[in-house]
Amino acid sequence: MTTSAPPLAGTIVAPRASRWPIFGWFAFLFLIASQITAIVISPPDRDMGDLQKIMYVHVPAAWMTMLAPLTVLVFGLRYLWKRREQDDLLAAAAAEVATTFAGLTLALGMIWARPTWGVWWTWDARLTSMLVLFLILAGYLAVRALIDDPERRAQWSAVVGILGAINVPIVYMSVRWWRTIHQIQSSPSTVDPAYVIGLRLNAFAFLFVMIYFIRRRYEAALMERAAEHASRAAALGGGR
Amino acid sequence: MSLQRDWRRARAIAWKDLTAERRSKAGFNAVRSLAITILVLFGFALGPDTNAVRAAAPGVIWLCALFAGVLAFNRSYQSELDGGALEQLVLYPGSRKAIYAGKLLANFVFVALMLAVVIVAGIILFQVVIPGEWPSLLAIILFGTIGLVTLGTFYAAMSSRSRAREVLLPLLLFPMLVPVLLAAMEATKALLGGNMMGDAGVWVRLLIVFDIVFLAATFLAFEAVIEV
Repeated sequence: MTTSAPPLAGTIVAPRASRWPIFGWFAFLFLIASQITAIVISPPDRDMGDLQKIMYVHVPAAWMTMLAPLTVLVFGLRYLWKRREQDDLLAAAAAEVATTFAGLTLALGMIWARPTWGVWWTWDARLTSMLVLFLILAGYLAVRALIDDPERRAQWSAVVGILGAINVPIVYMSVRWWRTIHQIQSSPSTVDPAYVIGLRLNAFAFLFVMIYFIRRRYEAALMERAAEHASRAAALGGGR
Repeated sequence: MSLQRDWRRARAIAWKDLTAERRSKAGFNAVRSLAITILVLFGFALGPDTNAVRAAAPGVIWLCALFAGVLAFNRSYQSELDGGALEQLVLYPGSRKAIYAGKLLANFVFVALMLAVVIVAGIILFQVVIPGEWPSLLAIILFGTIGLVTLGTFYAAMSSRSRAREVLLPLLLFPMLVPVLLAAMEATKALLGGNMMGDAGVWVRLLIVFDIVFLAATFLAFEAVIEV
């Protein structure tokens, strides 16, 4: 079949030792410090008491889940434009991390919902669209897992990622209308300033952790591809 | 000029698919029978209570269309792959968007015919009272079907050429179709419930936006899918 993509062999180089582990240490220490700060400085909530503290992991995780599909979209588009395999691997790394964060958000949300709302799950607009996003990401990862040819995998998953990202706001709107037509959901829109600092600090902490995760996953994928290229070259008798 | 040629190509592909379908009839009959079977099984699940069954009818009918549609979408490429014809189609001169347009057209006719049967069966089995605004209902069915067929035809181009195609297509398609299903079900429900025209209007607008966005996106992306 015809293709406009350049040959992939030789373009992938395994990453050398870098400063990223230092960034990783920084990200995790910052996360621990932010969590401690947020928990110490915020007073117990009037209604929820110390239960409210789960907000400092749940809400930043949800924000990052919104950010990661954007990364998948950007690098998917960039791959289709430039056809560099690195962009595909970055999009895949972002999708994996996004799936993890979406799962984390859902799990933490359920833990929070049980004592406050009395149920594990409710068909609230945000909960439901987060679940749909999780399923869309699962589809993206399934495409990657089921297709072996690297070029086909890259092109198809770029397209699946782009369409999925476009759909996220539409899903959210549709689920919101679906809810509001049936019953008005009360939403805790106002947050006391005492909680805002902790929330912001943890948002940055989660952002650093997410960047670190994506970077490490990307490096691992690069190494896997480099190993594949090397073994193919060896099998063809070309030596190195 | 070139657009005219592409349109002729698309029509030729759609005509070929539909002729093959019309002469064998096996596919359509099987898919239609499956849809009606699902309808009956939903009837068992929702119980013999007339009011409960009637209230659930819009959702059940759309889910039947979805489940049966998945089979149709994979079939539409499977028949090409069996004879190694898809590569030939791709190698022909002209835009490959024409292949997509042709498949889209054929699948639309297929699913629309199937939906017509399912809706008649659903109205009878679930004792649905046909509302006075039935022309609006036709609009909902039209836009809902376009949304379903657009993404179904597009994702089937990938899933039919991968391992585990029976699983991959629903896995990709169902979460993506959440807005279409919600809008189509709710609009149908609003119309059947009577006097809630305002609600149905909002949902129809959502369907139209979804159709336009994804028709444009899938047409732009199809070359990237079919060329590898």
